[in-house]
Amino acid sequence: MASPQPRIGVVTYPGSQDDRDALWALAASDAQAVPVWHEERVLPDLDAVVVPGGFSYGDYLRCGAIARFSPVTAAIVEFANAGGLVLGICNGFQILCEAGLLPGALMRNASLRFVCRDVELVVERDDTPFTSRCTAGGRIVIPVKHGDGRYVPPADLDPSQVVFRYVEDCNGSVDDIAGVCNERGNVVGLMPHPEHAVDPLLGSADGALIFASLVEGARTRALAALST
Amino acid sequence: MRATVLVRPKQGILDPQGEAVASALGHLGFSVSTARVGKVIDLEVDASDAAVARTEVEKMCEQLLANALIESYEIELG
Repeated sequence: MASPQPRIGVVTYPGSQDDRDALWALAASDAQAVPVWHEERVLPDLDAVVVPGGFSYGDYLRCGAIARFSPVTAAIVEFANAGGLVLGICNGFQILCEAGLLPGALMRNASLRFVCRDVELVVERDDTPFTSRCTAGGRIVIPVKHGDGRYVPPADLDPSQVVFRYVEDCNGSVDDIAGVCNERGNVVGLMPHPEHAVDPLLGSADGALIFASLVEGARTRALAALST
Repeated sequence: MRATVLVRPKQGILDPQGEAVASALGHLGFSVSTARVGKVIDLEVDASDAAVARTEVEKMCEQLLANALIESYEIELG
């Protein structure tokens, strides 16, 4: 049978700004990209969800703290708890941390400056559905653009949950952590923006590796669901 | 009932805003070794007595107003 296009949702909260780029990147990675509005209480039929970057609810109180109470966030938590694949990028990472799907918190950059530039990352894990096209120990270049990206892990963070690290400190994150996964490995969040690096014209196409991995993981799950 | 919540960065958590404030105060000639910057949240709580109000505000802090991993909070009533 023909390889089906997995259906991957991208959530739009008030203040999301990278939702369009994430939809574009998914479509370019051979997925059916599905916009999901923040008021949805029930997710459409999806094989994975991307929570994109931006400034949901104006970053009021703490980044991601208000989005956590959006109707769609409850549906995403349910989806993730059932084993669904969820990728949080930048503000999406902050939201997933606030929602308790990922460990840790993101605070103001140590420099107090907004950082907006390409950064080099070490991929620590290539055995997640988000990094299967990468090589553990290998480096990728994708941009960051955030003012609140300093990752603070819980004291008991299992080091194997670190998926990406900055090669050079860019925001004061503890142990240069740029992205983490949950214990089960079906939820990943990172501050850098793979959706802004999916074509050489954008300066780097390394972000496409993450989307290709996600699409492959979502397709595998969709096919497994079909055969049961 | 009026309640005030003070939210602070926990001890040991880097507070670059506080460091910037301490540095700026130093430039003004003040002798300050440490500054930590937190938040103040003033609330009007619908509660009949202080004990009920405190319990309610504690729940608010746990669920939204503070992130227990990085922040501590203090509640003042009245």
